[in-house]
Amino acid sequence: MKLTLKIWRQKGANENGGFKTYTMDHVSPDMSFLEMLDVLNDSLVLKGEEPVHFDHDCREGICGMCSLYINGRPHGPLQTTTCQLHMRSFTDGQTITIEPWRAAAFPVVRDLVVDRSAFDRIQRAGGFISVNTGAAPDANEILVPKKVADEAMDAATCIGCGACVAACKNASAMLFVSAKVSQYALLPQGQPERKERAERMVAQMDAEGFGACTNTGACEAECPKGIKITNIARMNREYFSSMFTNYQVEVGSDAG
Amino acid sequence: MKWFLDLFSSTLGRKLMMALTGLFLILFLAVHLAGNLQLLKDDGGRSFNIYAEFMSTNPLIQIVSKGNFAFILIHVIWAIMLTSKNKSARGPVGYAEASGKSSHWTSRNMGILGTLVLVFIVVHLKDFWAQMHFGAMPTVDYDGTSYRDIYSLVNEWFNVGWYVALYVFCMAAVGFHLYHGFASAFQTLGLNHLKYNGLIQVVGRAFAIIVPLLFAAIPVLMFFN
Repeated sequence: MKLTLKIWRQKGANENGGFKTYTMDHVSPDMSFLEMLDVLNDSLVLKGEEPVHFDHDCREGICGMCSLYINGRPHGPLQTTTCQLHMRSFTDGQTITIEPWRAAAFPVVRDLVVDRSAFDRIQRAGGFISVNTGAAPDANEILVPKKVADEAMDAATCIGCGACVAACKNASAMLFVSAKVSQYALLPQGQPERKERAERMVAQMDAEGFGACTNTGACEAECPKGIKITNIARMNREYFSSMFTNYQVEVGSDAG
Repeated sequence: MKWFLDLFSSTLGRKLMMALTGLFLILFLAVHLAGNLQLLKDDGGRSFNIYAEFMSTNPLIQIVSKGNFAFILIHVIWAIMLTSKNKSARGPVGYAEASGKSSHWTSRNMGILGTLVLVFIVVHLKDFWAQMHFGAMPTVDYDGTSYRDIYSLVNEWFNVGWYVALYVFCMAAVGFHLYHGFASAFQTLGLNHLKYNGLIQVVGRAFAIIVPLLFAAIPVLMFFN
């Protein structure tokens, strides 16, 4: 396959970037998209040019590290991660535009690499549960209905890649945050921190500068893990009920 | 009190205001349509005039009407606040290429549709509401009681071709705005349930098509009669 690549090149966070065009003459349709970029980078290195920087790690579709906004869609034309996208999804002679995720909360580090630590800070704000240390409890000691477990696990498949933010016209992180809120809100193990979790994660999401949800559903359509926007409705419920009912208990100093 | 401020300054709190005011305005549209349909009654505008007199003088309706204006204002101001936040959330550089394949056109253009609806509301208020409340109105007598003859005013405007065309165009904007807005309000409120999602979608879309269609049919029918 012959391909023309229009790739966003940017030397650093504070530099101005721009598109650079590359042509590739021998691309195998069986290559993954990242392998195609590897081949491009090899040729750039041989020519003494700076290779294109892009994020990747497991290349198995489970780590959430790869990104890339390909021809106007996060992770390209298929609802999958970029590492699981193959060149057979493109046509011979096609021009492919490759951009980084665009969000104020995801600043470009270099070329196609963006800093997604905003997601880590949201996770730290409330995406955890308290567990007892000590011996492992018996399996199935706490009963969870199968369908509830399924819903929680569906939410938990979120790999935090940020495609939802990239796809959203408002660069909203609500699909990510709602998946994290949901997976714990649904399960008994998540109950102790349930109210504080929704409050804190939403507050952190706002502090990071992500946009608001306009229910376009673009995130759901582009999510490589198929996270549903029903999670966003659940997060809204969790957040509103928490804000209206949660209260602080002052522990009296003269108690006892 | 801090929690209250936190709630309503958060993105979700602002969305909550959009959803609640939006749903009230949807209710208002249904009531307004019920009133307007009386324009088609073949009684020289009698029942419409009596209805309009009631709506503009009844104290309870006056309170609801003030609330309605407030809700329109809140819906607009909050929309501007959210839109500016959303615009800045994209960051300094936008996408060179964007595909609309993953979302519906109406959902991505609520701002433009809403602006059209707002322009319509302003024109509409100037021509009818302000005229009824502050303008010099002709009167008619029904059974010895004097009523302001808003029917003649409406009839006059609805015989102007470009005005009818504008009205129909704006009703299309209302329809598209509702097509996304109705179900969207429920989703924002967190009222999303596998058992009722289908119903909300169907009712929302039916409302978005039928109500603006009936609104638009009134001036068209009056124009051709």
